[in-house]
Amino acid sequence: MAKPAIALRHTPTEGHNFANGVVSVSTAAPASRISLRATPLGANSFGKSLGLDLPKKPSGSAAKGGKFALWLGPDEWLIIDEKNQDISLVPKTASTQLSAVDISHRNAAYFISGNGAENTLNAACPRNLSLSEFPVGSATRTIFGKAEVVLYRTQNNTFRMEFWRSFTPYVWGLLLDAARDSNN
Amino acid sequence: MNSTSQQAFRVKARGSRIGARSVSFTFDGKTFEGLEGDTLASALLANGVHLMGRSFKYHRPRGVLAAGVEEPNALMQISRDNSKTTPNVRASVQEIYDGMKAQSQNRYPSLNFDIGAVNNLLSPVFVAGFYYKTFKWPAVAWDKLYEPFIRRAAGLGEAPTEQDPDRYANRFAHCDVLVAGGGAAGLIAAKAAADKGKSVILCDENPEFGGWLLSDTDIRIDGQTGEEWSAEMVRQLLAMDNVRLLARTTCVGYFQQNMVVLNERVTEHLSRPNVELPRERMWQVRAGKVVIAQGAIERHMVFPDNDRPGIMLAGAAQTYLNKYGVAVGANVGVYTACDSAYAAAFDLAEEGVTIPVVIDHRDQVSDDIRAQAKEFGIKVITGAHVYCTTGKLRVNSMSIRHHKASSGSEDFEIDALITCSGWTPSLHLYSQSRGKPQWDEATRRFLPGESPQECVSIGSCNGTDELADIFVEAAEAVGGKAQKPKIEDDVPTSSGMVGATGTSADKGKAFVDFQNDVTAKDIALAVREGMHSIEHVKRYTTNGMATDQGKLSNMHGLAIAAKLLDKPIPQVGLTTFRAPYTPTTFGSFVGHARGALFDPTRKTPIHEWAVEQGAEFEPVSLWNRARYFPKAGETMDDAVDRECQTVRKTAGVFDASTLGKIEVVGPDAAAFMNIMYTNGWDKLRPGRAKYGIMCRDDGFIYDDGVVGKLSSTRFHVTTTTGGAARVLNMMEDFTQTEFPEMKVWLTSTTEQWATIAVQGPKAREIVEPLVSGVNIANEKFPHMSVAECQVCGVPARLFRISFTGELGFEINVPADYGRAVWEAVWARAEPLGACAYGTEAMHVMRAEKGFIIVGQDTDGTVTPHDAGLSWAVAKSKPDFVGKRGLQRPDLIAKGRRQLIGLKTKDPKKVLQEGAQIVADPEQSIPMKMVGFVTSSYWSGTLDQSIAMAMLEDGNARMGETLYVPMPDETIEVEVTGTVFYDPKGERLHG
Repeated sequence: MAKPAIALRHTPTEGHNFANGVVSVSTAAPASRISLRATPLGANSFGKSLGLDLPKKPSGSAAKGGKFALWLGPDEWLIIDEKNQDISLVPKTASTQLSAVDISHRNAAYFISGNGAENTLNAACPRNLSLSEFPVGSATRTIFGKAEVVLYRTQNNTFRMEFWRSFTPYVWGLLLDAARDSNN
Repeated sequence: MNSTSQQAFRVKARGSRIGARSVSFTFDGKTFEGLEGDTLASALLANGVHLMGRSFKYHRPRGVLAAGVEEPNALMQISRDNSKTTPNVRASVQEIYDGMKAQSQNRYPSLNFDIGAVNNLLSPVFVAGFYYKTFKWPAVAWDKLYEPFIRRAAGLGEAPTEQDPDRYANRFAHCDVLVAGGGAAGLIAAKAAADKGKSVILCDENPEFGGWLLSDTDIRIDGQTGEEWSAEMVRQLLAMDNVRLLARTTCVGYFQQNMVVLNERVTEHLSRPNVELPRERMWQVRAGKVVIAQGAIERHMVFPDNDRPGIMLAGAAQTYLNKYGVAVGANVGVYTACDSAYAAAFDLAEEGVTIPVVIDHRDQVSDDIRAQAKEFGIKVITGAHVYCTTGKLRVNSMSIRHHKASSGSEDFEIDALITCSGWTPSLHLYSQSRGKPQWDEATRRFLPGESPQECVSIGSCNGTDELADIFVEAAEAVGGKAQKPKIEDDVPTSSGMVGATGTSADKGKAFVDFQNDVTAKDIALAVREGMHSIEHVKRYTTNGMATDQGKLSNMHGLAIAAKLLDKPIPQVGLTTFRAPYTPTTFGSFVGHARGALFDPTRKTPIHEWAVEQGAEFEPVSLWNRARYFPKAGETMDDAVDRECQTVRKTAGVFDASTLGKIEVVGPDAAAFMNIMYTNGWDKLRPGRAKYGIMCRDDGFIYDDGVVGKLSSTRFHVTTTTGGAARVLNMMEDFTQTEFPEMKVWLTSTTEQWATIAVQGPKAREIVEPLVSGVNIANEKFPHMSVAECQVCGVPARLFRISFTGELGFEINVPADYGRAVWEAVWARAEPLGACAYGTEAMHVMRAEKGFIIVGQDTDGTVTPHDAGLSWAVAKSKPDFVGKRGLQRPDLIAKGRRQLIGLKTKDPKKVLQEGAQIVADPEQSIPMKMVGFVTSSYWSGTLDQSIAMAMLEDGNARMGETLYVPMPDETIEVEVTGTVFYDPKGERLHG
């Protein structure tokens, strides 16, 4: 019997790129992702294995060498390795202190960048995204219109937006519509 | 032709807002010229046009009354074309632009001659409560006769019939201080807050900031005119980057926790709007503090025939003169109970307008005012009232009488009459903040009291009348300090009066509410007929219920009712103000959420493949799922028949990616499953799967699905497509609130996996070569197995599972590989004669096997026992969610409806889902129904129709004949079990 072919990975955001001089939207490369739910003990040990000190405060994040951990709740983190796609970050042996679930393909992501980025997001996101309230490194699970998203501010004018893949047409369409009204 | 020469009432010396450029527009088809900066009302008035509308009920000719959003009469249809047309726009607010089309409303055939005016003659019939008294019988006439009649007569503009091509935007914003209203008070507060480093949003509904300062040109603030002072404030605010100024922006609603909604009209005043701009932008502002600086609204005088075109508010006349450079007449009478009307009279007199007389309802007027009037040669009569006016399409005279005189009168020829009975503080936003207005007896007005929210009212909406005081109050409201400036003005403010004047409460038509045609007599009638609360008076007479929300009429109506009831005004009560403050377009509320952005349409990784194959789709919760794959010439029934039979004879491939998936992980995962599901999970070994039912606390079925045990601490739970989110929420709820001691965690993995179901006798032949890492031979990988392995070289979770009754597999692969793996499966399936099938065939095949669909065969009142699933309810478990609920007496009582199968006696007859079942079709109507059909299909495989139904004592009725009465026939059915096909389940094990 012939060896099974290796299937190719296609993200739903492939080819999505937009810029209007005020804001640009680009697609994030395929990444590895983990949803981590853990006790404090579990979080510490998992952080060590990653080489990251997991954030403990609301809206907090930690990043190192292309890996980053976003605080989503008192026992919940979204961990992304954007340099290595399809490496499973799930520990080989089960721990009594945590749950690590591979969600690499559950999410897709865009980068929203530029002076109009905040306005574009605030068209449909009720969070206060001003630099003073949501400085670089802040992360939050919030909504963008009717889609649940995770926002992570990577630079003054750049946000990474993570969302469930099937919402791609909606999120993309809403970003483009919002981008048209981001210049003030 | 010099177009401006037609604007005979233009006063060149005045008009701070008006530019030199001429603007051309049409009104009722006739072309008019105005100047840039004009509103539609000011431009028409400049051309001597007062008649701008017909009243709602009596079709009386009406002119513009006000110069702002409180305007009740001059409502227009404003259009760019058929798709860009807006009804009920206030002429006093709409700015003119080149090419604007304005159309008067509620008249036929024309504004000058309106057939509906016959209602005016019939007015003794149209009294308060007319509709309640008249249209109550017979009931059948309501739909056909009364409602269409009332709607036609309702007298507002026409909704556009074409789709709105404009765009609307939404913006969430945060600020330390939101200032609602950009008059003197608002500007001072905004500046004081900004100076302290606060982030500030200042909005005003007008195109410019300054409020009343722009209407009263005699005010001096430390020597500056109001216009100069406001312009300087705006300049300073614009230079600060912590301030956002929003003009043409109405604060329409004040909600919980200082969420305030603003409506910004971005392009409504432009002749050729930039297509990149939204027409309107809605701001949803979360403010640390809200400063309400809404100002006050002038009240009219209530006297007989006070609604003729040419009769208007004194402050409006002053505004038209000073802001727009328009005199409202050449020979203008004045009728007032408030000093402020004198300021308007003096300004008009300064520009050469004849003021034949000022009738002051009060007995006294100050010496200073008398002296100024004398200088202008204006006669002042105090202690008198206007008791009638004449003039058909424009007022031409008024008759006055001293309060003490019972007869005799003095008549004055006039072409306009300006009136003022005082100013009502605007409490709308304060009231929306859930504050309770307090009555101030000294000034006879309601004022803001405490507010449960972080807000403060300043300026005239707070009853602060003196401008110098406002400077201090506004600054202190935001923690700033201010000096009182030196204020000069020609006329002071005074409180005026509320209610009807003279004896007009029972004479003629003395309008209280212009927009809804409510007179003082109507209020009196309502009181006589037993309405003693203002809430009842309001609804009985419709006073204050028009789109202007009684901005002019509320206080008058209240005062008239209070007088007749002989009660103090606060005891009769004030109605609550609701959002929106002014009518707001649907577009503004909709914002971005239209077309494809109305709601997310979720698509699976395999969706596009189905599109390419010509599939028909159906919405399932937010998902769009392939319903069937028709071949050329096939109807839906043909395609579904073919798909079902192909699966049963050969095989089919189905996109099950939408199935909800939850990963339950942790040392207590099995214990948690035991609690959440009705059946037992202790004996399930890793590598095996099980069907589970989940109940709510009350014992009714909540969801179901197959669960695979991957390891001792990890379960792959599947849910229904529509139930995924609520099941996760309920589980999360229980872990956090009921079982926090359990070490178990939940993660939604619905979208992590693309799920490809391969079902049918050739399923293994299709799948086997693609799989590595597990032997899927029948004995090695029996029905209800699960394995982590590779499919097409990518990590997969493979289930042997069946929702069709055939041999079946479900391949789960990471979603980004979904399409590639699907195509690999299809490349093997198609040559073997298999088909792709959709949700419809899936439904038929599961019904042939008697598998329920939660939400179709259950409705939230069905227990597992009712659904024939007692085998899935553990008897020995100490507890599970719903265990106690299931013991409730009514859930174990006899006579409950139970899920059974139905076969029609005529096998070709397919029942309608939802159809009722009766035991005796000969009963008279209404018959006693004993159950209803939940699922019904044509089964091509069985060559007969099949159905499932909920039936009283269904399990005890096997073999009975029952009846399904339909409008045109009664269908005979036989009660059967629910498994119609392969009852022994042998096909699963092929």
